[in-house]
Formats: sequence, structure tokens, C-alpha cells
Amino acid sequence: MTARGLSVDLLLRRSDTFRLALDLTIGPGKTIALLGPNGSGKSTAVAAIAGLLPIDTGEIALNDTVLDNPDGRLFVPAEQRRIGVVFQDYLLFPHLTALENVSFGLRSRRIGRDEALSRSREWLARLGLSELETSKPGDLSGGQAQRVALARALVTEPDLLLLDEPLAALDVTTRSELRHTLDEHLAAFPGPRMLITHDPTEAFLLADEIHIIEHGEITQSGSADEIRLRPRTQYAADLAGSNLVAGVASSGIVNAGAQTLHIADDAIRGPVLVTVHPTAITVHSHAPEGSQRNSWATTVERVEQLGSRVRLRTGAPLPLTVEITEGSRADLSLEPGARVWIAFKATEVGVSRA
Amino acid sequence: MARTTGFVLVAALLLLMSGCDNSSSTTAAPGSGLQGDLLVSAAASLTDAFTDVAAAFEAANPGVDVLVNFGGSSALREQIIEGAPVDVFASANMSNMDRVVEAGEVAGEPQIFATNLLQIAVPAGNPAGITGLQDFNRQELLIGLCAEAVPCGDFARQALVRAGVVPAVDTYEPDVRSLLTKVEASELDAGITYVTDVASAGGSVAGVDIPIDHNVVAEYPIAALANAPHRDIADAFVAFVLSDAGEAILSEYGFSSP
Amino acid sequence: MLGLVGVAFFVLPLLGLLGRVPWSDLPELMTSPVVADALRLSMIASISATAISLVVGVPLAWLMARVEFPGRALLRGIVTLPLVLPPVVGGAALLFALGRRGLVGEPLNEATGLLLPFSTWGVIVAATFVAMPFLVITVEGALRNMDRRYEGAAATLGARRWTVLRRVTLPMIGPSLVAGLVLTWARAFGEFGATITFAGNLQGRTQTLPLAVFVALESDRDTAVAISLIMVVVSLAVLVALRDWWGRAL
Repeated sequence: MTARGLSVDLLLRRSDTFRLALDLTIGPGKTIALLGPNGSGKSTAVAAIAGLLPIDTGEIALNDTVLDNPDGRLFVPAEQRRIGVVFQDYLLFPHLTALENVSFGLRSRRIGRDEALSRSREWLARLGLSELETSKPGDLSGGQAQRVALARALVTEPDLLLLDEPLAALDVTTRSELRHTLDEHLAAFPGPRMLITHDPTEAFLLADEIHIIEHGEITQSGSADEIRLRPRTQYAADLAGSNLVAGVASSGIVNAGAQTLHIADDAIRGPVLVTVHPTAITVHSHAPEGSQRNSWATTVERVEQLGSRVRLRTGAPLPLTVEITEGSRADLSLEPGARVWIAFKATEVGVSRA
Repeated sequence: MARTTGFVLVAALLLLMSGCDNSSSTTAAPGSGLQGDLLVSAAASLTDAFTDVAAAFEAANPGVDVLVNFGGSSALREQIIEGAPVDVFASANMSNMDRVVEAGEVAGEPQIFATNLLQIAVPAGNPAGITGLQDFNRQELLIGLCAEAVPCGDFARQALVRAGVVPAVDTYEPDVRSLLTKVEASELDAGITYVTDVASAGGSVAGVDIPIDHNVVAEYPIAALANAPHRDIADAFVAFVLSDAGEAILSEYGFSSP
Repeated sequence: MLGLVGVAFFVLPLLGLLGRVPWSDLPELMTSPVVADALRLSMIASISATAISLVVGVPLAWLMARVEFPGRALLRGIVTLPLVLPPVVGGAALLFALGRRGLVGEPLNEATGLLLPFSTWGVIVAATFVAMPFLVITVEGALRNMDRRYEGAAATLGARRWTVLRRVTLPMIGPSLVAGLVLTWARAFGEFGATITFAGNLQGRTQTLPLAVFVALESDRDTAVAISLIMVVVSLAVLVALRDWWGRAL
């Protein structure tokens, strides 16, 4: 149990088919992102930590206080946990004004009406929403509602901040504006903060540490860079936009089934995960002469234009995603079905134990 | 409200009747040339007696289907005046029949076919120890009478006046049968109904006699109606009720001959 | 076209009634003791029945919507029964249960001398019996359909169960609650069969407007029409006054 911050080590069975197993800690002043696809268990995690769902085994503790420990028969209900939650869809009370929404938490905790209102006004002003004090949630735009929801969670000065897909309901432009606001306020929040999202950009930009969650389990934890360079699952690799291949390593060679790869590390042995970034791969019309130790002939399966970049998908013996410049494409006149040679250096291949 | 309900009820009954008219009207019975349906509106206090009378008439006239509509005489009167397609009206008092006559709905002259006397109805065992009309002013008892518009209620009021009693009434029931039901269930300590009603309830209701000088003789008139859809059958039915056969059935139930 | 038939269905009986109104005698008829007593009793009974339905019905609806217990479906069926039963049958059932020789009525009467039949309280009981299901069903439906995540949000903000109920749940089902109350009042106001069977019929004590009309129809047509008119006017006044609220809910 950590002296300060959030510690979570839980098992929760939602149904016969779904199970959430979570083991993480968040220190004060740190932002953790729980990043995963829909259905991976993110919302269940929020509900469990917020106290809306009891866990089956394990423990949740916040700043030395145990919030949930089934074996010890301890369960602190949601209303007694000092956790601020910003919900997906915000869940602003539709029959109350923005000011009443923000002051709801303070009033529920028996703070006097005047003090509650003045503190709420302060927060609304801080988020640039003073003119909307008397508006009802139905009259607010997505961005405004999100900020009211944030104010509502922060005004009670909670010990932990939980943000469940805070930007998901917004359009792209509003999203990037608000990401900035969110970043500011997260940085100013002294306690631990947990961000739940399916958007890798959000996670990469706002979080200090990222936990990738898939099918109810954490599959990888690390910094944004670590994940990007060394993804451990297909999902992580897709997030990072990288290639991921499984194989068996020995003496600087990785056997990946239909193809062997040369890697820079001689020492590593056994099952490994290998990544090659699409931009590290070059494309040639004939067998290249050069120092790249990995090269083979293959067929172009798909060509995709992304602005000034071109992405190719190559086929047998080992399908890879390759990214080249527009200029290179012109030189090579690439079409689906064309026979090409691809090549990349052994040093460009990332390897980690599987 | 009652009038409209009654109207709808009568209309619905007629629809049903016309639907199941089949076999009985196609077989020509020996001795009786009558075919068709008959709708009789009869006072509530005639419920048991007229059910038997109707059955006996049907037995004597196999081509005929009799349907008897029982209710408070005043409600039945209203239905007829409003144009309900009734063939025969048997009322529990003359005044309701007179109103129908005034409206021009009666064919010929109404005839008295039975008389009835009032009797105090009490639950079996007479738990409140009622001995006569003088008990009707006891506040602590639960007393019921028929509503004044109903013949039974009108007569009860007259009887109480004759006996010099101001009753402590707790409810005025819409017809004599619902009054009887409440007495039977012991929800009421006493009520004034007809002799025939007490008799019909068998052992569950006991009767306390009202002396003849206070009592009111209810005269039951019957008449075929001017706009009866089945005039011939209506006349035959009235004749049957007035015949010895009809009188015999009525006296079984406690009615007296006129 | 069919819509017009629908309109006619409702408007024609009303026109029929208006056609029989004895306009010149109306003021005198409407202020007669029979009518005054009946109106007073009807208002007392319908408003009391609505109030009781609110106090008892909302917790019951909450129980049925939010708590899982064995036999819940059966309970829902029983609560709905008065909606389906003919009112007279309802009145008879009340008599069997609460009458002088009733299952509960007899011991109650022997112990406390309390008797519901033939009393004004009996009228209130009969009206509540037939009308409360409207409130329970409406509120239960609203509670089931509301988005419960709002209650979760309120909990995370520190609101205890009573505060959540008071500041979030009830306001959010507000329109449905009002609609339920209006339906309940209307049903109680028009109640006849259960009242006359259970509470009896006595001017000033149990004779509500519907009972007074029934009795008057057989003896005094003009009074009957006058009373019917009062009922129509009072009902329309209430329904129109609350149209915004219950229009929103339905």
C-alpha cells in the first residue's frame, strides 16, 4: 500500500464472459491513462474505483484509506469517497442550471449555500463560463458542457480525479482546444489523476504513464515513447502505427515463420516481439545493394495516400506496412500487384521479449 | 348514467339474441304458433319469480326466447320512456307504471298481477335483536333502505311514517337486491325489503314482520308496451302471468294474488 | 377521417348533456343541499385519495422499480388488478376485507370500534383503491426508464441516498409524477361502483357526485343534468390547468 496516491489491485467479474483484472498505482501529481478499445473494461474500472461497483477480490486504496477490500469486509460507498469524476456524456443534471450543477457536490457535503455558490462561481469563471451560470445543460454546447462537468468535479477538491473519455463526445476542433484546457487543469491538480480513453493522441499528450487495457487486462504499461517504439500487442502496434511480428530469436536471427529477420541483438533468445517502423523500410524496383541486412522481394497489395505520405501494404512472405514519400512513389510507379524489393537495417528492428 | 348503461345493455342483449335465434324459431311447435324473442323489463324484487315464469312460458312456447331485464323499477321506466325496445314491463309499483302510461308507451290497461308486503330483513340469527320498525331510529345500528325513487324505498318511507319512526339511515341502496345482499353479508343490521326478498334469501336472511296497519301493500302492475317489437308474444306473456299457472309460480315465492 | 370519428366519440355525449341543461333553473339547482354536499364529498374524497396515493404509491413504485425481490412480478399484477376489475367487484372485495364481517374489518371493529363501510373514510378508501394503481404504474415506469447513471453521478459528488432521491431522481421523473397524480385524481373523482358497494349511499356522508347523479337520474332529471355539468366543468378545469405538465410527460 502506498503512502499517498491511488493503489488498485482488483478482480471484478462482470458476467460469465467478462472479467476485469487491474493492478496499478498512481502517485500524487501524476496522470495515468487507461487506454483501450471499446469493451475492454475501461468503464468498469471507473465504476469500481468511483465506488459504484464493488470488486470481487483485491483492494482499492487512496491516500492510506482503504476504499474497497472484500476479504476485509470493507467497502466505502461512492458518496463517501473523495473522488471527482468527469463522466462520458458529462451527466450534468438536466433540471439544474450550470451553477447549481457545479455547486451540487458542495451542497451535498453540507457546505453552506453562500460558500458553495461563491466557490462554484469562481470555478466557472476560471473555465470561462461566467455568462452561462444560469443556463441549463440542454442549452450548452459540447465544449461548454464538458467544462461545466470539469468544474463540477474539481470544485469539491477531491483526492483523486477520474476522467472517463472526457473528450470523446466533442468534434475534432473543440477536442484539441479542450485538450489544452484539460492539460492545464490536470497539471494544477495536486492529487493522482486517471484518464480513461480510446484515443491514443489524448493518452500520449496528457498522460505521464499509459496502461493499455484489452479484454479486461493490462497488456502493456509504459511511457508514450516506450509504447510507440516497443508495442507488445497488435492493438498497441496499431496505435503506434507500427509493424509487429512475433518470432523466436537466437544468435541475432529471428525466425518469424515464413521469413527470418536479422536483428542487432545477438544475446537475446526465445520468443520475442519484433517491431519495424513503416518509415524505416525502403522500397526498390530491384534487389538493393547496400548495408541493409533485411531485404526480400514481395508484391504490393495496397497503396494509400495520406496527405504527402504514401502507405503501402506488402504481401508474402511477411506482410508489412511501409511508408514512403510522394516523390519515391513517383519514381517507382507503384500499383497494386507490382513486384518490388523492400529493405531495412537490422538496427531498425525493435526487439523485446514476448 | 344508469339510463345509458341500461340502453347499451339492452342493445347488446338484443344483438346477442338476434344472433342465436336459430333453431328454436324454425321448429313449429304444436299448439303454439308463436315464434320469436321477448324482452321483459321486470322489477328487481321479481328476480327469482320471473326467472321461473319465463322458463315456464318458454316451455309452453318452444318457438319463443324470453329475456328478462331486472332492475330498479324507476330505472326500467326511464329506459322505456327513452325508447328501449322492451315488450313487457312489470313494475313494483303503480307510480312507475303510470309514468310509462303517461308517456303513451303502454298498450291497453296495466293489470295488477301480484301484491307484496314489506318485511324487515335482518342477518341470520338477528344479531342486533330487531323486533320492529321502532328499532330503526337506533343510531348505533347500521340501517339500510332502498333509494326513495325505487318503489321499495318509497313504501319503506311510508311505512316508517305510519309507525311514527324517524330512521337513522346509513345508506340508500339503488335497488332492493343490493340492499338484501348487504343484509345477508351482515354489513347492515337491518333493512326494509319485501317479504318475497327475505324468502328468496333462504336461511341467510331472517325476517321481522311489520304489522299490517303500518305495512304498505305493493301492487305489481304488468303491461305489454305500445311499441313492443313482438306485440303478439307480449300479450301472450301478460296473459300467462295473469293465469293460474303464472299465479302459482308467483305464490311459490311469497307473492300474493291481487 | 378516423381522427374525426375519434373526436366525435368524445364530443357528442358532451353535446347531448349540454342539450338537456335546464339553463334557467341552473343556479338554484347547483346550490341545493344535495349538490353542495355531493360536491364537497367528491372533492374531499378525490383529493384525499390522491394524497394517500402519493404518500404510499411513490415508495411502492420505487420498491417495484429498483429492488429485486421474489414475487415482484406477482406484486405488479396485484397492484394493477384494480385497473382491470369492474369497480363493483373491487367494492365487493373491499367489503370482504374491510367490512364489518371482513377479514381485517371484523377484528378491527371489535378492537377499536372503527368501521369503514357507510362512512366518509369508506369513500376515501374505495377511491384510493381504484385510483392508486394509476400513480404506481406511472411512477414505476418513469423510474425504470430514467437514466440511472445520473444517480451514480450524484453519488460520486457526495450525495447520500435521500439527497439523490430528493434532488435528482424525483425532479427527473417530475413530469411523469404529475401526469400520474392527474390521472389518479380523475379516476378517484369519477369513481362510482366501488363507492356505492363499499361505502353505501347517504347524502352528506357518502353520496359523492357520481352517486348523486345516479340517484337523481331516476327521480329528478334536471338535478341529474346539473350535477353532471358540474362534474364536467370541474374535471375540465383541472385537466386544462395541468395540461402543460402532463402533456410534457405523455
